[in-house]
Amino acid sequence: MTIINAYWTGIITQTGIMLIAIIGVSLLTGFTGIFSMGHAGFMCVGAYVSALLVKSCGLPIWVGILCGMAASMLFGLLIGLPTLRLRGDYFLIASIGIGEAIRLIVENTYDLTGGSTGMMDIGRFTSLPVVLLLDVLVIIFAVRFLKSKFGRNCVAIREDETAAIAMGIDVYRTKVLVFIISCALVALSGALLGHYLNYVNPKIFNARKSSELIMTVIMGGSGSLTGSILAGLVLTPLPEFLRTESAQEWRMAIYGILIVLIIMFRPNGLMGNKELTIAGIKRFFQRIRLLPASRKSAKGKE
Amino acid sequence: MINGLSIGSVYALMAVGYSLIYSLLSFTNFAHAVAVTAGAYVSCYLFMYTQPNLLLGLVASLLGGALVSVLIEILVYRNMLMKRNSKKLYLMIAGWGISTVAENLIIIFISSISQFYPSELTSMGSIQLLGSSIGKVDVIILVLSILSMAALQSYISFSRDGLAIRGASHNLQYASLMGVNTDTLLIKVFAIAGVLAGIAGLFMGIKYTAYPTLGSVMTNKAFISAVLGGLGSLPGAIAGAFLLGVIEVFVAGYISSALRDMISFGILILVLIVRPSGLMGKSSEDKA
Repeated sequence: MTIINAYWTGIITQTGIMLIAIIGVSLLTGFTGIFSMGHAGFMCVGAYVSALLVKSCGLPIWVGILCGMAASMLFGLLIGLPTLRLRGDYFLIASIGIGEAIRLIVENTYDLTGGSTGMMDIGRFTSLPVVLLLDVLVIIFAVRFLKSKFGRNCVAIREDETAAIAMGIDVYRTKVLVFIISCALVALSGALLGHYLNYVNPKIFNARKSSELIMTVIMGGSGSLTGSILAGLVLTPLPEFLRTESAQEWRMAIYGILIVLIIMFRPNGLMGNKELTIAGIKRFFQRIRLLPASRKSAKGKE
Repeated sequence: MINGLSIGSVYALMAVGYSLIYSLLSFTNFAHAVAVTAGAYVSCYLFMYTQPNLLLGLVASLLGGALVSVLIEILVYRNMLMKRNSKKLYLMIAGWGISTVAENLIIIFISSISQFYPSELTSMGSIQLLGSSIGKVDVIILVLSILSMAALQSYISFSRDGLAIRGASHNLQYASLMGVNTDTLLIKVFAIAGVLAGIAGLFMGIKYTAYPTLGSVMTNKAFISAVLGGLGSLPGAIAGAFLLGVIEVFVAGYISSALRDMISFGILILVLIVRPSGLMGKSSEDKA
């Protein structure tokens, strides 16, 4: 196995870690239609809570990661309860504030978090098999969630909020629920990243990270889990292969142009609402039947 | 205090642009930031080749901001507004995409490092007034900002276009039925917003420096001001901006400068929860 050397293992592991966060954002933005620009902040919460518990309390790393997820969910609940009542554009601005606020808190509590220099030696835990296993688990969870009543409620809310209310869906509760779930997933991703790099730093979780997450989801297809996953698989390792000068900036500029074009001409993203699985045509058609059905039921409520 | 008022007046310039576009199209123009940054960079580069002259810079920034704003309207928003089914949220995401592109292109083609303005403009000394020293720059910014807002107010109140804008802010479709050419009206409105944004960019550049994310950092504040005052209401936006500017300076001065931005966003969330229509907004029907 000389092909899969350390370099490639690293790239695949990092892609796998990001994939968890992308799925989290996909549930929130792609399926429920809530645009949050502060999700890197919740990654940050997950990473720091886990790092602190492991380093100062000596807990096993997996307990730390679970606590990080729990902390992020609690934090998401506290923030989500007031802000999710707001309409889309107001929530978007508020979420930018939340993300930046989390980063600023971390940077300014030097004694606890090490400020902008970050924390070293927080323990290594993440390895390729662990990440792949968690990826599979998260994907299974996401698929199950989307097929459940809550998942279908989410799609209904995205398609038409008023119609969803008219059908008796508790829009606010569903939004809070999916928000917390996505917080937990990005926190998992953040904590895994921390325990992979053995280092956390508030700059890893800046606003650009939030933008990247949301852009990947929009490009993949705002109603397609496989679309988001594919986009994540292609776009996350991309900067590794484009190691030219200011590649990062070119990448963001090109992403931006793509986003504008996609929103202008194909607002549902490249994959639209369609799902694509290697499991075969049978499941592919099943999924296609499933999604338009829930969309139709949402439209029928108007 | 004067410092707060001068920052507030620059926020007001940008907030008015937000409110103006919101009142017509009821969406938040995230690409507004690009016009601000353009204003800052245009005059910064102009000053490298010519004598630093505030008036000249003002004209250049104003034209730069207006040009960028109108281009974005024609190239992107126009297409999207044609399609009846496009959601307002999509317009915002497009605007955000544009500002991401602009920021990164500036980093690629210019530099991510702050560009400094000539010192003749940035440090003009201070004057003594009522026992406290006040930066001359702040006073000039305050006066010029108020002048340009007064000009806008009289334009909207007294000119024929102003009448059309006021009409269209009630209902764009009805205005077009009454014989207003909404396409040219929108170009004019975006140009006005761009002019104000360009001026604001120049002032921000003088006060701080010109850097790629200048626009998005500052327009977030302006958006908070616009919400604080009530989106869609011009006097509200101005009042909100002055209020925010003063609050920020006091928080930075007496509590902690790190807390400043958090307080601003806190105010935003608080206003949205308690009174979504803002200080002077019309209705809160579809905001929350």
